[in-house]
Parts: sequence; C-alpha cells; structure tokens
Amino acid sequence: MSKLYSIAALFDTPNSIMDAAAKVQDAGYENYDVNTPYPVHGMDDQMKLRPSKMGYYTITIGLTFMSLMLFFMYWVYNIDYPQVIGGKPLFPLPAFVPIMFEATVLTGAVLTVAIMIIFYFKFPNNSHPLHDSDYMKAVSSDKFGICIEATDPKFDINAVKDFLKSIGATQIDEIYFDEEEVNHKNKVLEPKFVIGLILIAGFTSLSVYLHMNKLLYIPPFDWMMVQHKVTAQDHSDFFENGISSRQPVEGTVARGFMPYLYVDDIEGASENLQNPYPATAENIELGKRKYLTYCSPCHGDLGKGDSRLKGQFPNGPTIHSDKIVDWTDGRLYHVITEGQNVMPGYKKTVTRKERWSIVNYVRTLQRALDAKVEDMQ
Amino acid sequence: MSNQQVDMNNLKKEIPKGIFIKGLILLVIGIAAAVFAYQIDPLRASFNNIIALLLVVSVGMGAIFLVALEHIVGAVWSVPFRRIAEHQSFIFLATPLLAIPIILNMHDIYHWTHLDAVLADPILYQKSPYLNEPFFIWRSVGIFVIMSLFMFMFYRNSRKQDETKSQKTSKFNAVLSAPFMMLFAISITMVAVDYAMSLEPHWFSTIFGVYYFAGTFATAISVLTLLVLRLKSNGNLVSKINGNHYYSLGGLMFAFTAFWMYMAFSQYMLIWYANIPEETFWFLPRMEHGWEYMSIALIFIKFIIPFGLLLNRNSKMNPSRLKVAAYWIIGAHIYDMYWLVMPTYNHASGTHGPVFGWIEVGFVALSAGIIMVVYYLAANKKNHLPIGDPKLQRGLDFHL
Repeated sequence: MSKLYSIAALFDTPNSIMDAAAKVQDAGYENYDVNTPYPVHGMDDQMKLRPSKMGYYTITIGLTFMSLMLFFMYWVYNIDYPQVIGGKPLFPLPAFVPIMFEATVLTGAVLTVAIMIIFYFKFPNNSHPLHDSDYMKAVSSDKFGICIEATDPKFDINAVKDFLKSIGATQIDEIYFDEEEVNHKNKVLEPKFVIGLILIAGFTSLSVYLHMNKLLYIPPFDWMMVQHKVTAQDHSDFFENGISSRQPVEGTVARGFMPYLYVDDIEGASENLQNPYPATAENIELGKRKYLTYCSPCHGDLGKGDSRLKGQFPNGPTIHSDKIVDWTDGRLYHVITEGQNVMPGYKKTVTRKERWSIVNYVRTLQRALDAKVEDMQ
Repeated sequence: MSNQQVDMNNLKKEIPKGIFIKGLILLVIGIAAAVFAYQIDPLRASFNNIIALLLVVSVGMGAIFLVALEHIVGAVWSVPFRRIAEHQSFIFLATPLLAIPIILNMHDIYHWTHLDAVLADPILYQKSPYLNEPFFIWRSVGIFVIMSLFMFMFYRNSRKQDETKSQKTSKFNAVLSAPFMMLFAISITMVAVDYAMSLEPHWFSTIFGVYYFAGTFATAISVLTLLVLRLKSNGNLVSKINGNHYYSLGGLMFAFTAFWMYMAFSQYMLIWYANIPEETFWFLPRMEHGWEYMSIALIFIKFIIPFGLLLNRNSKMNPSRLKVAAYWIIGAHIYDMYWLVMPTYNHASGTHGPVFGWIEVGFVALSAGIIMVVYYLAANKKNHLPIGDPKLQRGLDFHL
C-alpha cells in the first residue's frame, strides 16, 4: 500500500539550494525540508526557521537534576547517614559543587539526546519515507535537495513539479512510502542487541578486573606499591627494637577512657566506689537496654535467675537474693566489670557509663520486686 | 569586490569626539583624585593604584593577546575587529603611569620589601631570590618592554598589510604569535603574582595567574565589544558586521565568565578541602567584617548574573543587550580586583571591613580615563578595519 510522501528535487550547488529554499518559502509552502550533505550556513535564515527551543529543555533538565542531586547529597549527609568527614560541616557545599556540575552537564546532554531520539525520531521506530530512496543517496553524498511534503496545505502534484522545475531543479522524484513499514515498531529487546549488551558488560567488567587486580601489580605500573615510608607493624632499622610502631608512654590513657583501679580488689571496689550516674529515667532506660542485651540471657529478663538457656549452661543466680540486695553499688559494678566465677567481665563490651546504668537498673528491678508500702502511695 | 574595497577606504575615520572628551574629563578627575589621595592617605591610595593598574593591564595586555590569538589560530570571524583590538592594545603603553607610583610606594604596600622582616622570617627569606626589589622592578620593566615590542610589531605588520595586501604578512604574524603566547603566559602570571598575590607574601596559589587571566580576557573582549558597537553606530565600520559577529564576541564573553568561575572555584575548593592554615589564611579576612557579603556577592556579580545575561542566543545577537552585558563584565572585573586587593589594605592599615569612598571611585575613573583617551589618540583618523588582510572579506561574510 504505497502513498505519496513528497516531491523531492535535487540541486547541484549550495548557492542554488539557498536560492531555491528562499523561493519555496516565498511561494508559501509550509511542510518542506532541505537536505544537504553538510550544514549549509545561513539556511535557517533562508527557511525562516525560528531559533531552536532545545536549549530551554536542556537547561531545564540540567537545573532540575542539579537540584535533585543537591537534595540527594543533603539527604545522604544530613538525614540518612549523618557523618563528619574530614572535619567538614554536615552540609559541605563546596564539596557538592563538582557533583552538581557533573550532574547538570551529564543529564543535560544525555537527556537532550534522549528527547531527540524519542520524540523527534520516534524511537524505537527507525524508518522514514526518505530512507532507501535515490534522493537520500544523492543528498547524503554530493547533491542538495528540497522535498515538499504531500501534507502541505498548498500541495498539488503537478503544480509542485512545475514550480520546482521553474526554480532550477536538476532532477525531480516522487517519493512513496509504505504506511505499515513507517509505522512499524521495532522490538527494543532484540536478541542480538541484548547479547551485544551482555558482551559489552562482560568485556568491561573483565578489563576493569584485569586492570585493577593484575596490571597494576606488574612493573612498571606498580610504582604506587613501592613507597619509601614506614607503615604500621612494619620493620624499621631506625629504632633499636626494629619495629616501626612505638609503644605509648607509660601511664598513657586513651581519650574518653577511664582506667579501672580495683581490678583485683573487690573489697576496695565495694567500699570506695560510688555510682557517678544518678538514677534518672534516661540512665535507667540505657541500663535496661544493656541489661536485656548482655545480662538477661543468664539472669533472666527480671533478674530472677530464670534464664532462657534452660539448663544448657549454668544458670546465673537471682539478683533478688538478700546477699546481692545488700551488696554495695561498687561491688555490683566490680562484678559486672571483672566477672565472678563463670561470669565473664564486661569491661570490653560495655562502657563505663553503661555498666553504671546497669547497676541503676538492677537496683530498680530489686526495688520493683520487693516494693515497700510507701512505694504504693 | 573592488567596489567594496573602495568603500572600505572611504569609511569614516574620525571616531566620536565624545570618547576623547569624556575620557579627558575622567582622566582629569582621576589624576586630581589620585594626587590628592596620595597627599592625604598614601597607603589607601597606593592600594587603589594597584586596582587601577590591574584594570589597565587587563584591557591593554588582554588586547595584545586577542590580536595574537587571532593570528595564531587563523581566526576568520574576528578579522574585522582586529584593528580595533590593535588600537586597544596601545592602552598597555600607559601602564607605567600607574606602575611607577606603586614601585615608589613599595615599602608601604609590600611587606617583603622590608629587609629586616625578610631576615626574621624564614619563609620570606626562602622566597627572597624571587621577591626582592631589584628583581621586581626588572621584571616589570621586562614585561613592559617585551609586550610593547610585540604590540608594535603586530601593529606595524598590520598597517603595512593595508598597503601591500600581502599574504606573507599574515603568515609572519602567525609565526610571531607563537613565542608571544609563551611570553604572554609568563608575563601575565608575573603581573598577577607580583602586584596582587605578593600583597600577602606568605600565601601562594599556583592557579592565581590563570584566575587573573580569566578576568583579563573577559574584560578585554568586553571593552572590544563596546568599541565595536560604538564605532559601528558611528559609521566607522561596514554595515556587514552584524549579529553573527556580535554572537561570537558575546560567546567569548560568556565562555570566559564561566572559565573565571571554574578557576575561582577550583582555587577556593582545593584550599577549603585541604584546610591547611598556610593556605586558608588568605580567605579568612575575606570571610569576616563584612567581607563575607562581598565574597558571596562576587559569585553573583561575576558569574551568575553575566551568565544569565549572556545565556540566551538573542542576548548575544542584540547589540543593546550585549552592551549591557559588556558593561556588567567590566564592572564585575573592577569588583573582583577590589576584592583581591583591598582585604590586605585592611590588614596594613588596621581597619576592618570593606572601605569605599572617593579614592576608590577616583582611581577607577583614572583607569577609565586612560583607556578612553589612549584609545582615542591611537585610533582617531586611522583605518578601523584591516583593509589589507586577505581574510577580511571572509570575516565580513561570516555567519553562524
């Protein structure tokens, strides 16, 4: 089923196509186009084309994605995973600028091309009535052509042919097209195409792997591996003991760390230690969380010695016995810190504040299960 | 073709008297203000003198660069403007007027000129092979002599070509431009480093010369654009110069507006990121006592606003809109130079915050007066088109 698409005329020189374009424009045709093997400067003036609006799309897209990228980085740095990096504030704008710039340029360019392909070239359709015509072969090598489309309101086959002849066309063709073929949508996921994509992905992955894991270890590309500096745990001839790392000075205390003075002295701890953290709701809440995590497996959720280990492991004793109720805070703290009998010490896993908070919580539990009359009032 | 050449020879050669008269008024005001300022407040006057010098160097030396750039890349579209740029490059000859007062006042401005301070300061001592008075003066003289020499050679060749119409001259100019480019790169870096960066002799930024160059190019092309538009409306140029040519001028203004931001941001971001005291201390005075607003305004004045002014295609084609953008970019460069130089004046004089008064206005008027008067003297009653250049017709026919 062939339909007439256009009347196409060929011209020999760029000057004649310029004149012809102006004459076609003056004659009042609207749906026509000029095809040339290379951009002929000044043609848009002759055809009275308005400046392209594409730039506005590009800048709108670019600025939109720039804002999205800025918001994304704000979300990552301030909401999702706030973390201080390099001593910079949580919203380090100068560090964001290069990424915003790249996002603007990348999305502006890529999406402009995508818009052109999808809306102007009607992707995934790839056929056009002019394809496979002698006219297209001519204008893509050395001829200059004008084609006036059949949809033009002034279109009349003979009038157009006469008109084109009168303005000096060297050859005039009728271009027909098959409606079905032009409206045919190709499958995007063509097997060959998909296989091609997979091969490209495989090749890229393999070459990146070889580059990062093999090539960089072969001389002379391995210069980054050989550096004249001493790393931690390394051998060093500079120091007498041959170790690059130095020992801290005697009595060094790590930042934020309080050394425990009663390691083997339970009596001293029970007599001298005072709980430095008051039994506030906040501290008891912290103690409860840590108690449930570290203590409850053996001592039970309420400290009754009813562990959920159910005899697979020696049960921890109840903390509500008179013996433990009478213990001082210091003694409780010492047991939590250093352990007792089969109970291990928790100083490595539970911080000082958390241990004292557990003491607070244990006192709360003891009081709760042995409430006095005045507590009810 | 022959008709058009007759036409070109008969073009009006007198440029508007207004340029000279306005320039002379500004020059007189500027000289009076400068002399008076040096009497009252020599320190502040000499800092403003640096701003004025950097402006005049930007316009003059930038114009030599424009001429050489056209020769070396064989540009076609800019050929009709080359003679105007050549006349503009005469402005460079006026730089000693502004450089000599600075050199005479060196001890007030430049900390590194004090020998006792240099001896007491290991950093300055290490830098003293470069930063010392005799070498400073010789550098300035050398830059002036070499750049002027190239400027005269380009101009003489161009004038000679008006008569001979020889292709050989164009070729020779292209060969001449190659060594010029290298010397220019070194020279403009030295101007920026010597006169602006050594105000804080402890500070260093390898990108500083490029930073100044970006502003220089934008300013030189803006002044050229204003001259082209003025001469065109006065009838000194042929009517074939149209929106296509203006578009290219505007495109370069736009490009170097963005380039300046690229350089300025690169410099700022690297220093901000590394956060090393010996680098950051230059930015700290620009972030306190009111300078922080000046610094933020600089981004808008020198980048965002001219970027918006020039983004649209019509804004580059339309002479009246292009004129607004050109004036804006020149103003932004003045603002940028003020921002570069004046925080050190705060430091030297013990004041806080930006200072602004008749001294600042007077020195800018002085440099504007120099630019206008020198251009008038250089260009009046001369050809304003390189009528002998073989590429001229192609340049006039240029369209996008």
